[in-house]
Amino acid sequence: MTVDYIFDFLTGLLGGFLGSDYLLLASMLIPCLAIFGFITVYALIVIYAELKVSSFIQDKVGPMGQGVGLHAGKWGLLQPVADALKLLLKEDIIPSSADRPLFILAPFMIFIGAFISFVAIPFGESIIVADLNIGLFYILGVGSIAVLSLILAGWASNNKWSLYGGMRSAAQIVSYEIPAGLSLIVVIMLAGTLNLQDIIKYQEGGIFNWIIFDNPFVPIAFVVYFISALAEVNRTPFDLPESESELVAGFATEYSGMRYAFFFLSEYANMFVVSAVAAAGFLGGWQSPFAGFMSTPAWGVFWMISKTGFLIFVMIWLRWTLPRLRVDQLMNVCWKVFLPLALINIFGVAIWTVVFNS
Amino acid sequence: MGVVHGQEMVLNIGPQHPATHGVLRLQVKTDGEVISEITPYLGYLHRCFEKHCENVTYEQVIPFTDRCDYLASMTMNFGYVVAVEKLMDIKVNDRVQHIRVIMAELQRIASHLLATGVFGLDLGAFTPFLHMLRDRERIIDLFEMTCGARLLYNYMWVGGLSHDLPKGFVEATLNFLDYFEPKIDEFENLLGHNKIFVERTADIGIMPAEVAINFGVTGPNLRASGIKWDLRKDDPYSIYDKFDFDIPVGQGIKGTIGDSWDRFYVRLQEIRESVKIVRQAIDQLPKDGDVHQSMPKKIRPPKGSIYSRTESPRGDLGYYIESDGSDTPSRLKMRSPAFTALGVLDEIAGGWLMSDVLAILGSLDIVLGEIDR
Repeated sequence: MTVDYIFDFLTGLLGGFLGSDYLLLASMLIPCLAIFGFITVYALIVIYAELKVSSFIQDKVGPMGQGVGLHAGKWGLLQPVADALKLLLKEDIIPSSADRPLFILAPFMIFIGAFISFVAIPFGESIIVADLNIGLFYILGVGSIAVLSLILAGWASNNKWSLYGGMRSAAQIVSYEIPAGLSLIVVIMLAGTLNLQDIIKYQEGGIFNWIIFDNPFVPIAFVVYFISALAEVNRTPFDLPESESELVAGFATEYSGMRYAFFFLSEYANMFVVSAVAAAGFLGGWQSPFAGFMSTPAWGVFWMISKTGFLIFVMIWLRWTLPRLRVDQLMNVCWKVFLPLALINIFGVAIWTVVFNS
Repeated sequence: MGVVHGQEMVLNIGPQHPATHGVLRLQVKTDGEVISEITPYLGYLHRCFEKHCENVTYEQVIPFTDRCDYLASMTMNFGYVVAVEKLMDIKVNDRVQHIRVIMAELQRIASHLLATGVFGLDLGAFTPFLHMLRDRERIIDLFEMTCGARLLYNYMWVGGLSHDLPKGFVEATLNFLDYFEPKIDEFENLLGHNKIFVERTADIGIMPAEVAINFGVTGPNLRASGIKWDLRKDDPYSIYDKFDFDIPVGQGIKGTIGDSWDRFYVRLQEIRESVKIVRQAIDQLPKDGDVHQSMPKKIRPPKGSIYSRTESPRGDLGYYIESDGSDTPSRLKMRSPAFTALGVLDEIAGGWLMSDVLAILGSLDIVLGEIDR
């Protein structure tokens, strides 16, 4: 595991100067900082992408700096940086009637949920912070922390709109975790493991060995998972918890400045997590689509990021194309369509495996 | 819908809320997501225009009409000048009439584009809104070319117009129409036949014909309920009887007659009809005729009163003017079509979910400037 590698490396380097306790702490902190840095940089990039992609869809130009000064850089490249700076410098308002400790806690909790999911995401054969043998299960588990924090934010704000947002998110995320989890069971059945690295290794040998092409039931599972994941990360058409035209900003109504930025950051981080799980579970993770070609570790990172990036692009694309569902329609889709579909998939894959693959 | 009943909560939607289309406050009683009672509160944009009008001359009233329905200033001007001309018995020449119709119909297109776009925005569809604004922008460019203003035109004057059409206006308008006509189909496909959009609007907020009539609802909202009533046909003013166009009515294509989808669709169809009218008006536009020809030196209508109504994009826009023979009106009252449309909200939206109420409000296309005046 990465922590062990870093520990060994540090021991070799600094073993004489510092005790092993300090080194162990350092070797744990380094990956954390790396993940934090990754999330920040990734968020800046994807915010820029969102601005630009939405602009192309909406027939406008998007951020366009003239390449001078700190305005917005060339092609508006500095726009996300300026956005982040603005949020950092904004006044931090806590409503007087809010439940202060919970109000402060909520943005941290949602970020922690997103942050610790990154621990188990494999970027390459050996590039993973913690190669857990229950990796997939772990990500699904800690992903649910988000809902807790959204309810917390909605409740602690002491605002009716926030309460609506929090309640909607609770219903929505809890419901959609079920079809998402059931769809991933298909992956687990085929690969026979919960370890994400082993799942990816199972898909070795080119594009046709990817789990999504394993049998006709898996693409359905993939679609069910992807749409459920959209609902889990509150993206349009399932952005009911924060639906701006109905609930003002939903659970985030009372948040400003950096606290709001944490909700924002976590949304994008969660998008990465669910896309990465889809990429690892269905699309071969860091495996090259061409057997034995472009499959060095560096290419592995490239494949993983580009597969995830593509799915994130699809999410952005959907967001700027579709209207929003209503809360009861959302529940109908989940319980009456996705859940039966996911269950049928499990049976279908099981029967298919017994009949054709044995 | 809701079978489990909890405690009711009173919620204020607005006056600052993204979906209230201005400064409207809706006080609603909610039971979870279900809304049982809606009370609109007005007056946040009240600027005493009608009272002001009693203290200014008849010409000076026109800018006030601009500022009432700021999304359809041309038709607001139109309604007022038609009323004063009737009161003074002024006949304006054909060129002026044609230009007025061209402007009014372009304004109707612009207003309906915004109405349908914002309706989409209320349902979370951001992109169609911006596409529609892009095309509305071109109409506003045409207006700017004509009178210099982009929103509040003060263009139609009693007995004439402030300016004649500028050079190149006719070509620019035809260019725009050629560009715009295929876009209407695009909007229809992008929004109207979107599965989620249909789910959100069909069978939602049904306004039966009797309810619409009892509440005095007019315009596209009334026509969506299946009643063919359009003042341009039924009580023709100006030269509307010269043109060939249809009155689209709600047919309940995706759901029931008079639902939100019908209101959306009627507006889209009206855009098509307006395009037809503009084309005909441009074809028949007389080459000569002074737009200031029949303008009176001093507007001093004879003692008496008049009620005159015209079809604004929002419906039956009436002006009641009481003249005492001086050069200021002694009383001026507007009949606002958006006001009646808002009045029916509780009737058709009570009992629906929160999201539906805001969608229904969006489908009614209210403009607060006109309601409060």
